Amino acid sequence: MSASKNDRKFKHLISIDELSKDDILYILDRAAEFEDVAKGKKVSKVLEGRILANLFFEPSTRTRMSFEAAMKRLGGCVINMTDTEISSVAKGESLADTIRVVSNYVDVIVLRHPLEGAAKFASENSKVPIINAGDGAGQHPTQTLLDLYTIQKESRLDGCRIALMGDLKYSRTVHSLIRALTLFRTKIYLVSPPMLRLPDDFIDDLSGDIQEAELEDIIEEIDVLYVTRIQKERFPDEEEYRKVSGSYIITSKTLERARESLIIMHPLPRVNEIGTDVDRLRFARYFEQAFYGVPIRMAILFELLK
Amino acid sequence: MKDKDCFKQDRKHLVISKIRSGTVIDHIPPGMALLVLKILGISPGSKEAVSMAMNVPSSKMGKKDIVKVEGKFISDEELNRISLIAPEATINLVEDFEITRKFAVELPEVVEKIISCPNQNCISNSKEPINSRFKIFVVGKKVTAKCDYCGKKITNLEEYI
Ligand SMILES: [Zn+2]
Repeated sequence: MSASKNDRKFKHLISIDELSKDDILYILDRAAEFEDVAKGKKVSKVLEGRILANLFFEPSTRTRMSFEAAMKRLGGCVINMTDTEISSVAKGESLADTIRVVSNYVDVIVLRHPLEGAAKFASENSKVPIINAGDGAGQHPTQTLLDLYTIQKESRLDGCRIALMGDLKYSRTVHSLIRALTLFRTKIYLVSPPMLRLPDDFIDDLSGDIQEAELEDIIEEIDVLYVTRIQKERFPDEEEYRKVSGSYIITSKTLERARESLIIMHPLPRVNEIGTDVDRLRFARYFEQAFYGVPIRMAILFELLK
Repeated sequence: MKDKDCFKQDRKHLVISKIRSGTVIDHIPPGMALLVLKILGISPGSKEAVSMAMNVPSSKMGKKDIVKVEGKFISDEELNRISLIAPEATINLVEDFEITRKFAVELPEVVEKIISCPNQNCISNSKEPINSRFKIFVVGKKVTAKCDYCGKKITNLEEYI
Protein backbone atom coordinates (compact mmCIF):
# COMPACT_ATOMS: atom_id res chain seq x y z
CA MET A 1 0.00 0.00 0.00
CA SER A 2 1.45 3.30 -0.92
CA ALA A 3 1.10 6.24 1.37
CA SER A 4 -0.65 9.26 -0.11
CA LYS A 5 -0.47 12.94 0.66
CA ASN A 6 -4.06 13.37 1.77
CA ASP A 7 -5.33 12.09 5.11
CA ARG A 8 -5.74 8.62 3.73
CA LYS A 9 -2.85 6.48 4.91
CA PHE A 10 -3.02 4.09 1.97
CA LYS A 11 -3.87 4.60 -1.69
CA HIS A 12 -3.88 1.06 -3.12
CA LEU A 13 -3.06 -2.40 -1.83
CA ILE A 14 -0.87 -4.05 -4.44
CA SER A 15 1.88 -5.93 -2.61
CA ILE A 16 2.65 -6.95 0.95
CA ASP A 17 6.22 -5.75 0.34
CA GLU A 18 5.02 -2.15 0.26
CA LEU A 19 3.92 -2.39 3.88
CA SER A 20 6.19 -1.69 6.81
CA LYS A 21 5.92 -3.61 10.04
CA ASP A 22 4.04 -0.66 11.54
CA ASP A 23 1.62 -0.55 8.58
CA ILE A 24 0.89 -4.24 9.07
CA LEU A 25 0.32 -3.90 12.81
CA TYR A 26 -1.92 -0.91 12.14
CA ILE A 27 -4.10 -2.94 9.77
CA LEU A 28 -4.26 -5.88 12.18
CA ASP A 29 -5.43 -3.52 14.93
CA ARG A 30 -8.14 -2.10 12.67
CA ALA A 31 -9.23 -5.63 11.76
CA ALA A 32 -9.64 -6.50 15.44
CA GLU A 33 -12.00 -3.53 15.84
CA PHE A 34 -14.16 -4.84 12.97
CA GLU A 35 -14.41 -8.42 14.18
CA ASP A 36 -17.80 -8.05 15.87
CA VAL A 37 -19.18 -6.43 12.74
CA ALA A 38 -17.73 -9.24 10.63
CA LYS A 39 -19.54 -11.75 12.85
CA GLY A 40 -22.82 -9.86 12.54
CA LYS A 41 -22.91 -9.02 16.25
CA LYS A 42 -22.70 -5.32 15.52
CA VAL A 43 -24.05 -3.32 12.62
CA SER A 44 -21.90 -0.81 10.76
CA LYS A 45 -22.72 1.71 8.04
CA VAL A 46 -19.29 3.29 7.68
CA LEU A 47 -19.14 2.53 3.95
CA GLU A 48 -22.79 3.22 3.21
CA GLY A 49 -23.27 4.53 -0.32
CA ARG A 50 -19.89 3.27 -1.48
CA ILE A 51 -19.56 0.71 -4.27
CA LEU A 52 -16.98 -2.03 -4.74
CA ALA A 53 -16.38 -3.75 -8.09
CA ASN A 54 -15.04 -7.28 -8.13
CA LEU A 55 -13.13 -7.79 -11.38
CA PHE A 56 -12.09 -11.41 -11.43
CA PHE A 57 -10.32 -12.40 -14.63
CA GLU A 58 -9.93 -15.87 -13.21
CA PRO A 59 -12.28 -17.57 -10.78
CA SER A 60 -11.71 -17.49 -7.04
CA THR A 61 -15.15 -17.70 -5.54
CA ARG A 62 -13.99 -17.72 -1.95
CA THR A 63 -11.85 -14.60 -2.19
CA ARG A 64 -14.59 -12.81 -4.11
CA MET A 65 -17.22 -13.74 -1.52
CA SER A 66 -14.97 -12.68 1.32
CA PHE A 67 -14.56 -9.20 -0.20
CA GLU A 68 -18.27 -9.05 -0.87
CA ALA A 69 -19.13 -9.98 2.72
CA ALA A 70 -16.64 -7.43 4.06
CA MET A 71 -18.04 -4.60 1.92
CA LYS A 72 -21.67 -5.43 2.71
CA ARG A 73 -21.03 -5.77 6.45
CA LEU A 74 -19.80 -2.17 6.34
CA GLY A 75 -22.97 -1.01 4.59
CA GLY A 76 -21.48 -0.79 1.09
CA CYS A 77 -22.63 -2.28 -2.20
CA VAL A 78 -20.88 -4.70 -4.52
CA ILE A 79 -21.03 -5.22 -8.26
CA ASN A 80 -19.42 -8.25 -9.80
CA MET A 81 -18.12 -8.71 -13.27
CA THR A 82 -19.09 -12.29 -14.03
CA ASP A 83 -16.91 -14.82 -15.83
CA THR A 84 -18.86 -14.54 -19.09
CA GLU A 85 -18.70 -10.75 -19.05
CA ILE A 86 -14.97 -10.96 -18.42
CA SER A 87 -14.41 -13.33 -21.31
CA SER A 88 -16.25 -11.02 -23.69
CA VAL A 89 -14.06 -8.19 -22.44
CA ALA A 90 -10.94 -10.30 -22.77
CA LYS A 91 -11.67 -10.68 -26.47
CA GLY A 92 -11.05 -7.07 -27.27
CA GLU A 93 -10.63 -4.49 -24.57
CA SER A 94 -7.39 -3.95 -22.74
CA LEU A 95 -7.20 -4.18 -18.97
CA ALA A 96 -6.16 -0.53 -18.99
CA ASP A 97 -9.42 0.50 -20.69
CA THR A 98 -11.57 -1.74 -18.50
CA ILE A 99 -10.03 -0.16 -15.40
CA ARG A 100 -10.45 3.37 -16.78
CA VAL A 101 -14.14 2.72 -17.44
CA VAL A 102 -14.99 0.83 -14.25
CA SER A 103 -13.10 3.26 -12.03
CA ASN A 104 -15.65 5.86 -13.11
CA TYR A 105 -18.51 3.72 -11.79
CA VAL A 106 -17.26 2.63 -8.39
CA ASP A 107 -15.24 3.66 -5.34
CA VAL A 108 -12.85 0.70 -5.14
CA ILE A 109 -11.84 -2.15 -7.44
CA VAL A 110 -10.82 -5.64 -6.34
CA LEU A 111 -8.81 -7.26 -9.11
CA ARG A 112 -7.79 -10.83 -9.72
CA HIS A 113 -5.83 -11.43 -12.89
CA PRO A 114 -3.65 -14.23 -14.30
CA LEU A 115 -0.69 -11.97 -15.17
CA GLU A 116 1.92 -10.87 -12.65
CA GLY A 117 2.01 -7.13 -12.13
CA ALA A 118 -1.57 -6.69 -13.39
CA ALA A 119 -2.69 -4.98 -10.18
CA LYS A 120 0.20 -2.53 -10.25
CA PHE A 121 -0.56 -1.71 -13.88
CA ALA A 122 -4.26 -1.33 -13.03
CA SER A 123 -3.41 1.12 -10.25
CA GLU A 124 -1.58 3.29 -12.81
CA ASN A 125 -4.79 3.50 -14.84
CA SER A 126 -7.34 3.86 -12.07
CA LYS A 127 -9.00 6.84 -10.43
CA VAL A 128 -9.99 4.73 -7.44
CA PRO A 129 -8.06 2.39 -5.10
CA ILE A 130 -7.10 -1.01 -6.48
CA ILE A 131 -6.89 -4.02 -4.20
CA ASN A 132 -4.83 -6.90 -5.55
CA ALA A 133 -6.73 -10.16 -4.99
CA GLY A 134 -4.03 -12.21 -6.71
CA ASP A 135 -2.01 -11.59 -9.85
CA GLY A 136 -0.79 -14.88 -11.27
CA ALA A 137 2.15 -16.22 -9.30
CA GLY A 138 2.68 -12.72 -7.92
CA GLN A 139 1.03 -11.13 -4.93
CA HIS A 140 -2.10 -11.70 -2.88
CA PRO A 141 -1.59 -9.31 0.01
CA THR A 142 -4.93 -9.74 1.78
CA GLN A 143 -4.14 -13.46 2.13
CA THR A 144 -0.84 -12.61 3.80
CA LEU A 145 -2.50 -10.10 6.11
CA LEU A 146 -5.18 -12.57 7.17
CA ASP A 147 -2.47 -15.17 7.81
CA LEU A 148 -0.60 -12.72 10.03
CA TYR A 149 -3.81 -11.78 11.78
CA THR A 150 -4.56 -15.44 12.49
CA ILE A 151 -1.09 -15.95 13.95
CA GLN A 152 -1.44 -12.84 16.10
CA LYS A 153 -4.94 -13.74 17.30
CA GLU A 154 -4.57 -17.48 17.80
CA SER A 155 -0.89 -17.67 18.74
CA ARG A 156 1.64 -14.82 18.79
CA LEU A 157 3.51 -12.94 16.09
CA ASP A 158 6.49 -11.76 18.07
CA GLY A 159 8.77 -14.65 18.95
CA CYS A 160 6.70 -17.08 16.92
CA ARG A 161 8.27 -20.39 15.89
CA ILE A 162 6.54 -21.41 12.69
CA ALA A 163 6.94 -24.34 10.31
CA LEU A 164 5.83 -23.93 6.71
CA MET A 165 5.11 -27.26 5.12
CA GLY A 166 4.33 -28.53 1.62
CA ASP A 167 4.99 -26.81 -1.68
CA LEU A 168 7.45 -24.06 -0.78
CA LYS A 169 8.72 -23.69 -4.33
CA TYR A 170 5.65 -22.50 -6.17
CA SER A 171 3.32 -21.36 -3.39
CA ARG A 172 2.73 -17.64 -3.68
CA THR A 173 1.00 -17.71 -0.31
CA VAL A 174 4.11 -19.10 1.37
CA HIS A 175 6.51 -16.70 -0.33
CA SER A 176 4.57 -13.60 0.70
CA LEU A 177 4.04 -14.91 4.22
CA ILE A 178 7.74 -15.67 4.73
CA ARG A 179 8.77 -12.20 3.61
CA ALA A 180 6.24 -10.63 5.96
CA LEU A 181 7.25 -12.90 8.87
CA THR A 182 10.87 -11.81 8.60
CA LEU A 183 9.69 -8.32 9.65
CA PHE A 184 8.85 -9.81 13.02
CA ARG A 185 11.04 -11.68 15.48
CA THR A 186 10.20 -15.17 14.24
CA LYS A 187 11.93 -18.49 13.77
CA ILE A 188 10.97 -20.09 10.47
CA TYR A 189 11.32 -23.77 9.65
CA LEU A 190 10.92 -25.00 6.08
CA VAL A 191 9.51 -28.49 5.65
CA SER A 192 9.18 -29.71 2.08
CA PRO A 193 10.05 -32.48 -0.37
CA PRO A 194 13.47 -31.80 -1.98
CA MET A 195 11.96 -30.92 -5.36
CA LEU A 196 9.60 -28.38 -3.77
CA ARG A 197 12.16 -26.55 -1.64
CA LEU A 198 12.07 -22.79 -1.28
CA PRO A 199 14.22 -21.48 -4.17
CA ASP A 200 17.80 -20.56 -3.19
CA ASP A 201 17.69 -17.06 -4.64
CA PHE A 202 14.56 -16.45 -2.60
CA ILE A 203 16.31 -17.54 0.60
CA ASP A 204 19.36 -15.41 -0.27
CA ASP A 205 17.19 -12.30 -0.28
CA LEU A 206 15.86 -12.99 3.20
CA SER A 207 17.27 -11.92 6.47
CA GLY A 208 16.07 -13.65 9.56
CA ASP A 209 16.15 -16.91 11.43
CA ILE A 210 15.21 -19.45 8.79
CA GLN A 211 16.22 -23.08 8.27
CA GLU A 212 15.11 -26.33 6.68
CA ALA A 213 13.89 -29.13 8.95
CA GLU A 214 11.98 -32.38 9.25
CA LEU A 215 8.63 -32.01 10.94
CA GLU A 216 9.27 -34.80 13.45
CA ASP A 217 12.37 -32.97 14.72
CA ILE A 218 10.59 -29.71 15.44
CA ILE A 219 6.99 -30.69 16.19
CA GLU A 220 7.55 -30.29 19.95
CA GLU A 221 8.97 -26.82 19.52
CA ILE A 222 6.74 -24.97 17.06
CA ASP A 223 3.83 -22.61 17.80
CA VAL A 224 2.38 -22.60 14.28
CA LEU A 225 2.24 -25.27 11.58
CA TYR A 226 1.29 -23.76 8.23
CA VAL A 227 0.34 -26.46 5.74
CA THR A 228 -0.02 -25.94 1.99
CA ARG A 229 -1.26 -28.16 -0.78
CA ILE A 230 1.15 -30.16 -2.89
CA GLN A 231 -0.22 -30.02 -6.42
CA LYS A 232 -0.30 -32.99 -8.71
CA GLU A 233 0.73 -30.86 -11.71
CA ARG A 234 4.17 -30.34 -10.16
CA PHE A 235 5.09 -34.01 -10.55
CA PRO A 236 6.17 -35.95 -13.63
CA ASP A 237 3.84 -38.85 -12.83
CA GLU A 238 1.00 -39.89 -10.58
CA GLU A 239 3.05 -42.44 -8.64
CA GLU A 240 5.77 -39.95 -7.73
CA TYR A 241 3.10 -37.48 -6.64
CA ARG A 242 1.40 -40.02 -4.40
CA LYS A 243 4.65 -41.12 -2.86
CA VAL A 244 5.84 -37.59 -2.04
CA SER A 245 2.54 -36.03 -1.02
CA GLY A 246 1.78 -39.05 1.14
CA SER A 247 4.66 -38.21 3.44
CA TYR A 248 3.43 -34.64 3.94
CA ILE A 249 0.05 -35.40 5.45
CA ILE A 250 -0.95 -34.27 8.94
CA THR A 251 -2.97 -36.70 11.05
CA SER A 252 -3.77 -36.81 14.74
CA LYS A 253 -0.82 -39.19 15.10
CA THR A 254 1.61 -36.62 13.65
CA LEU A 255 0.53 -34.27 16.41
CA GLU A 256 0.96 -36.52 19.43
CA ARG A 257 4.08 -34.73 20.60
CA ALA A 258 2.91 -31.21 19.67
CA ARG A 259 2.75 -28.37 22.15
CA GLU A 260 -0.62 -27.82 23.75
CA SER A 261 -0.78 -24.35 22.19
CA LEU A 262 0.17 -25.34 18.63
CA ILE A 263 -2.09 -24.01 15.93
CA ILE A 264 -2.46 -25.47 12.43
CA MET A 265 -3.20 -23.19 9.51
CA HIS A 266 -3.97 -23.83 5.85
CA PRO A 267 -4.97 -21.32 3.12
CA LEU A 268 -7.69 -23.75 1.89
CA PRO A 269 -9.00 -25.46 -0.10
CA ARG A 270 -7.27 -28.56 1.21
CA VAL A 271 -7.22 -31.89 -0.55
CA ASN A 272 -5.87 -34.49 1.83
CA GLU A 273 -2.84 -32.83 3.43
CA ILE A 274 -4.75 -32.40 6.70
CA GLY A 275 -6.84 -35.40 7.73
CA THR A 276 -10.41 -34.65 8.77
CA ASP A 277 -9.63 -36.26 12.13
CA VAL A 278 -7.51 -33.18 12.85
CA ASP A 279 -10.50 -30.83 12.46
CA ARG A 280 -11.88 -31.61 15.91
CA LEU A 281 -8.50 -31.28 17.66
CA ARG A 282 -7.70 -28.08 19.56
CA PHE A 283 -4.90 -27.36 17.08
CA ALA A 284 -7.10 -26.75 14.03
CA ARG A 285 -7.47 -23.06 13.12
CA TYR A 286 -7.91 -23.11 9.32
CA PHE A 287 -11.60 -22.34 9.39
CA GLU A 288 -11.05 -19.44 11.79
CA GLN A 289 -8.27 -18.35 9.44
CA ALA A 290 -10.73 -18.27 6.52
CA PHE A 291 -13.14 -16.19 8.59
CA TYR A 292 -10.43 -13.67 9.51
CA GLY A 293 -10.26 -12.77 5.85
CA VAL A 294 -13.47 -10.81 6.38
CA PRO A 295 -12.33 -8.43 9.18
CA ILE A 296 -8.96 -7.99 7.43
CA ARG A 297 -10.69 -7.00 4.18
CA MET A 298 -13.05 -4.73 6.10
CA ALA A 299 -10.05 -2.97 7.63
CA ILE A 300 -8.44 -2.53 4.22
CA LEU A 301 -11.62 -1.30 2.55
CA PHE A 302 -12.19 1.15 5.38
CA GLU A 303 -8.63 2.48 5.23
CA LEU A 304 -8.77 2.89 1.46
CA LEU A 305 -12.17 4.56 1.42
CA LYS A 306 -12.46 6.57 4.63
CA MET B 1 59.50 12.72 -29.47
CA LYS B 2 55.81 12.29 -28.91
CA ASP B 3 54.76 11.42 -25.40
CA LYS B 4 52.82 8.28 -24.66
CA ASP B 5 49.40 9.92 -24.62
CA CYS B 6 49.84 11.46 -28.02
CA PHE B 7 50.95 8.16 -29.39
CA LYS B 8 47.75 6.55 -28.03
CA GLN B 9 45.76 9.38 -29.53
CA ASP B 10 47.35 8.70 -32.90
CA ARG B 11 46.63 5.03 -32.73
CA LYS B 12 43.03 5.81 -32.04
CA HIS B 13 42.94 7.93 -35.16
CA LEU B 14 43.98 4.96 -37.18
CA VAL B 15 40.83 3.10 -36.38
CA ILE B 16 38.29 5.81 -35.79
CA SER B 17 38.08 9.29 -37.25
CA LYS B 18 37.53 12.50 -35.35
CA ILE B 19 34.08 14.00 -35.43
CA ARG B 20 33.14 17.63 -35.94
CA SER B 21 30.34 17.69 -33.43
CA GLY B 22 28.50 14.97 -31.59
CA THR B 23 29.07 12.40 -28.90
CA VAL B 24 31.98 10.07 -28.29
CA ILE B 25 31.36 7.14 -25.98
CA ASP B 26 34.60 5.64 -24.76
CA HIS B 27 35.50 2.76 -22.43
CA ILE B 28 32.72 0.43 -23.55
CA PRO B 29 33.43 -3.21 -22.65
CA PRO B 30 34.56 -5.08 -25.79
CA GLY B 31 31.67 -6.43 -27.82
CA MET B 32 29.06 -4.08 -26.35
CA ALA B 33 29.24 -1.28 -28.94
CA LEU B 34 26.23 -2.46 -30.93
CA LEU B 35 24.19 -2.78 -27.76
CA VAL B 36 25.15 0.77 -26.82
CA LEU B 37 23.74 1.96 -30.15
CA LYS B 38 20.59 -0.03 -29.50
CA ILE B 39 20.16 1.61 -26.09
CA LEU B 40 20.54 5.01 -27.75
CA GLY B 41 17.91 4.07 -30.31
CA ILE B 42 20.33 4.32 -33.23
CA SER B 43 19.63 1.82 -36.00
CA PRO B 44 20.44 1.47 -39.72
CA GLY B 45 17.33 3.55 -40.37
CA SER B 46 18.55 6.49 -38.26
CA LYS B 47 20.04 9.53 -39.94
CA GLU B 48 23.09 9.99 -37.68
CA ALA B 49 26.53 9.05 -38.98
CA VAL B 50 28.09 6.54 -36.63
CA SER B 51 31.62 5.25 -36.45
CA MET B 52 32.60 2.42 -34.24
CA ALA B 53 35.80 0.77 -33.09
CA MET B 54 35.86 -2.63 -31.50
CA ASN B 55 38.56 -4.39 -29.49
CA VAL B 56 40.74 -1.29 -29.25
CA PRO B 57 43.66 -1.78 -26.83
CA SER B 58 43.05 0.10 -23.59
CA SER B 59 45.39 0.63 -20.68
CA LYS B 60 42.44 0.79 -18.29
CA MET B 61 40.36 -2.11 -19.60
CA GLY B 62 42.65 -4.29 -21.70
CA LYS B 63 40.31 -4.00 -24.65
CA LYS B 64 37.42 -1.68 -25.26
CA ASP B 65 34.91 -0.48 -27.82
CA ILE B 66 34.39 3.13 -28.85
CA VAL B 67 31.31 4.66 -30.46
CA LYS B 68 31.14 8.07 -32.12
CA VAL B 69 27.84 9.59 -33.14
CA GLU B 70 28.12 12.55 -35.48
CA GLY B 71 25.66 15.38 -35.15
CA LYS B 72 23.31 13.86 -32.61
CA PHE B 73 22.42 15.52 -29.38
CA ILE B 74 21.96 12.85 -26.74
CA SER B 75 20.56 13.76 -23.34
CA ASP B 76 22.41 12.84 -20.15
CA GLU B 77 19.46 10.69 -19.18
CA GLU B 78 19.78 8.64 -22.36
CA LEU B 79 23.53 8.43 -22.01
CA ASN B 80 23.27 7.23 -18.42
CA ARG B 81 21.33 4.20 -19.65
CA ILE B 82 24.56 3.03 -21.23
CA SER B 83 25.85 2.35 -17.72
CA LEU B 84 23.52 -0.67 -17.53
CA ILE B 85 25.97 -2.55 -19.76
CA ALA B 86 29.00 -0.24 -19.68
CA PRO B 87 29.37 1.06 -16.14
CA GLU B 88 32.82 2.54 -16.85
CA ALA B 89 31.85 4.34 -20.04
CA THR B 90 33.00 7.94 -20.44
CA ILE B 91 31.28 10.50 -22.59
CA ASN B 92 32.97 13.25 -24.62
CA LEU B 93 30.75 15.91 -26.13
CA VAL B 94 32.43 17.46 -29.14
CA GLU B 95 31.82 20.77 -30.89
CA ASP B 96 33.99 21.96 -33.78
CA PHE B 97 36.46 19.15 -33.15
CA GLU B 98 36.91 20.29 -29.52
CA ILE B 99 35.82 18.37 -26.47
CA THR B 100 33.43 20.69 -24.67
CA ARG B 101 32.40 18.36 -21.87
CA LYS B 102 33.65 15.08 -20.50
CA PHE B 103 31.88 12.92 -17.92
CA ALA B 104 31.38 9.38 -16.66
CA VAL B 105 27.98 7.71 -16.95
CA GLU B 106 25.93 7.16 -13.81
CA LEU B 107 23.50 4.36 -13.09
CA PRO B 108 19.90 5.53 -13.44
CA GLU B 109 17.44 4.64 -10.67
CA VAL B 110 14.72 3.61 -13.09
CA VAL B 111 14.74 2.71 -16.77
CA GLU B 112 11.68 2.46 -18.98
CA LYS B 113 11.30 0.62 -22.30
CA ILE B 114 14.96 -0.49 -22.43
CA ILE B 115 14.85 -3.89 -20.72
CA SER B 116 12.26 -6.51 -21.53
CA CYS B 117 11.12 -8.67 -18.64
CA PRO B 118 12.19 -12.33 -18.92
CA ASN B 119 9.03 -13.40 -17.09
CA GLN B 120 6.61 -14.34 -19.87
CA ASN B 121 3.76 -14.16 -17.38
CA CYS B 122 4.51 -10.52 -16.60
CA ILE B 123 1.92 -7.90 -17.56
CA SER B 124 4.71 -5.87 -19.23
CA ASN B 125 4.94 -8.60 -21.90
CA SER B 126 1.21 -8.52 -22.64
CA LYS B 127 -0.67 -6.61 -25.34
CA GLU B 128 -1.59 -3.91 -22.83
CA PRO B 129 -0.49 -0.33 -23.56
CA ILE B 130 2.46 -0.63 -21.19
CA ASN B 131 6.18 0.13 -21.10
CA SER B 132 8.58 -2.10 -19.24
CA ARG B 133 10.00 -0.44 -16.14
CA PHE B 134 12.93 -1.62 -14.07
CA LYS B 135 14.40 -0.28 -10.87
CA ILE B 136 18.19 -0.34 -10.96
CA PHE B 137 20.44 -1.00 -8.01
CA VAL B 138 23.78 -2.55 -7.20
CA VAL B 139 24.11 -5.78 -5.24
CA GLY B 140 27.70 -6.50 -4.28
CA LYS B 141 29.30 -5.14 -7.43
CA LYS B 142 26.63 -6.41 -9.79
CA VAL B 143 24.18 -4.12 -11.50
CA THR B 144 20.76 -5.57 -10.81
CA ALA B 145 17.45 -4.65 -12.41
CA LYS B 146 14.11 -5.43 -10.80
CA CYS B 147 10.89 -5.41 -12.82
CA ASP B 148 8.58 -2.82 -11.33
CA TYR B 149 5.56 -4.92 -12.28
CA CYS B 150 6.33 -8.54 -11.46
CA GLY B 151 9.40 -8.12 -9.24
CA LYS B 152 11.64 -10.33 -11.39
CA LYS B 153 15.31 -9.58 -10.76
CA ILE B 154 18.02 -9.85 -13.42
CA THR B 155 21.78 -9.30 -13.39
CA ASN B 156 22.69 -10.34 -16.96
CA LEU B 157 21.09 -7.19 -18.31
CA GLU B 158 22.72 -7.34 -21.74
CA GLU B 159 20.58 -10.36 -22.57
CA TYR B 160 17.33 -8.46 -22.13
CA ILE B 161 18.08 -5.17 -23.88
ZN1 LIG C 1 8.14 -8.35 -15.08
